[in-house]
Amino acid sequence: MEKRVVFRSSWLPWALIAPQVVVITLFFFWPAAQALVQSLQQSDAFGTSVEWVGFENFVNLWNDATYLASFYTTAVFSVSVAVVGLTLSLLLAVFADRVVKGALAYRTLLIWPYAVAPAVAGVLWLFMFAPSVGVVSYTLRKLGFEWNHLLNGNHAMTLVVMAAVWKQISYNFLFFLAGLQSIPKSLIEAAAIDGARPWRRFWTIVFPMLSPTTFFLLVINIVYAFFDTFAIIDSATQGGPGKDTVILVYKVYYDGFKAMDLGGSAAQSVILMVIVVALTVIQFRFVEKKVNY
Amino acid sequence: MVERRPLLTAFTHLVLILGVIVVAFPLYLTFVASTQTSQAIVQTPMPLLPGDQLVENYTAALTGTGGGAGAKTPVGRMMVVSLISALIISLGKIAISLLSAFAIVYFRFPYRMFFFWMIFITLMLPVEVRIGPTYKVVADLGMLDTYAGLTIPLIASATATFLFRQFFLTVPEELLEAARMDGAGPIRFFKDVLLPLSATSIAALFVIQFIYGWNQYLWPLLVTTNENMYPVVIGIKRMISGGDSEMQWNIVMATAMLAMVPPALVVILMQKWFVKGLVDTEK
Repeated sequence: MEKRVVFRSSWLPWALIAPQVVVITLFFFWPAAQALVQSLQQSDAFGTSVEWVGFENFVNLWNDATYLASFYTTAVFSVSVAVVGLTLSLLLAVFADRVVKGALAYRTLLIWPYAVAPAVAGVLWLFMFAPSVGVVSYTLRKLGFEWNHLLNGNHAMTLVVMAAVWKQISYNFLFFLAGLQSIPKSLIEAAAIDGARPWRRFWTIVFPMLSPTTFFLLVINIVYAFFDTFAIIDSATQGGPGKDTVILVYKVYYDGFKAMDLGGSAAQSVILMVIVVALTVIQFRFVEKKVNY
Repeated sequence: MVERRPLLTAFTHLVLILGVIVVAFPLYLTFVASTQTSQAIVQTPMPLLPGDQLVENYTAALTGTGGGAGAKTPVGRMMVVSLISALIISLGKIAISLLSAFAIVYFRFPYRMFFFWMIFITLMLPVEVRIGPTYKVVADLGMLDTYAGLTIPLIASATATFLFRQFFLTVPEELLEAARMDGAGPIRFFKDVLLPLSATSIAALFVIQFIYGWNQYLWPLLVTTNENMYPVVIGIKRMISGGDSEMQWNIVMATAMLAMVPPALVVILMQKWFVKGLVDTEK
């Protein structure tokens, strides 16, 4: 779709688009190109000597057990965040969709975590589960469960997953609710007349009709878990204990800015770019499908 | 509702109320902790009802007189930094996206589609995948510890450009023809016709981008080393890195409340625009 009538000017369009193009060239394309170049180089920590090493950085990563472990950690983390988050928010959305009175009040009370900064979400959950002062860890201890995410990697992972899910629940909830409200009521009424009870109606009509929304949210949640949860991890566990909650993005940051391994960090950046491109392609192919649906 | 099932309705409310309680519990606990003395919090279990230190804690946090480990910068200052950055980021994104969408839709010029795709591809380059080199560019330009460094690298927006492009394409061509007949040039048309028509999209986008700007973490963490330029989100993180024992949880939690209130207010007060913005930007 294009406009048939347009303005004529030899310079104005360039001037209008210039700010955006300057910003993306300086801060997006140039750095991305630099990351590509650096991933093929090896430099010492002070940046005094640089040599071309080809794909050595990538080979090193492939042989680096901690990098492979970080892949595994990221996979566990993002799948947990997506599955737990989608299940809980679908549950809440299905029930909120049933409510006639007070629906707006419930929505208001469920959407505000979206506004909380991931770093703050991490601190909030850290406070509840802190082994020494946390209310929840105290309660767990009373119940005979020794909680210590500073020592136990599984506990730390559970903590960051909970914080990440909590932060994302409002987003998922809103999209599920919108999806539910767009399902034609006549379908559900017809099924009810045929004698299908709510449970059965959900699994045979609502859930299949919701599948585009679910798939869309699945992709969004995985992107979220991969890239937007850095702050949660950094404020709640700093990747610890050991390296048990070091996700890929955290490792790029750590290797590049703490360990000063520029080449290795750049190679990891390039791998992450490939992952983003793959996820974006999946997302857009799906969006096209949704239009046909 | 399709049929009357009193039991299921009661169960529905039960589940929703439970959901609301679980979602709100961290916030409630934060509020309670922000009204206690630090001694009251350290003795387990901490009290679950608000204490009487509300004014003292918030004053201490805002003025930076709380003592304890970590940053001594007043949270008041940090909130100003956060507010200014969030406003520059959100308004800047809207401004440059409006202009580039206007250029792409209402003009024909060489490399038009090239620029369009160039903007599109930035979707695939989130800051997390290029942190090192981007940091270097900002450092070379001398923009560390400045508002420019905090905001300009985040100001480009493929989603906002798309949103405005889609919207401009739905604006009837008759409007442009009528405006031209009346002798309006491109700038006049943009200002008097397109901007008023886009008001709803701008409001929706503002809510989303304001929250995005306020909640930035990784980027400010890299480009600010001076405590005077810490946004409040970074300030909290610096406060808790002092170690478990000497941590002043009451001040940290008061700061957390202060960090949450502005974006939460924006979401709740502008709920209609928020929901619209969320749905629009993910198309």
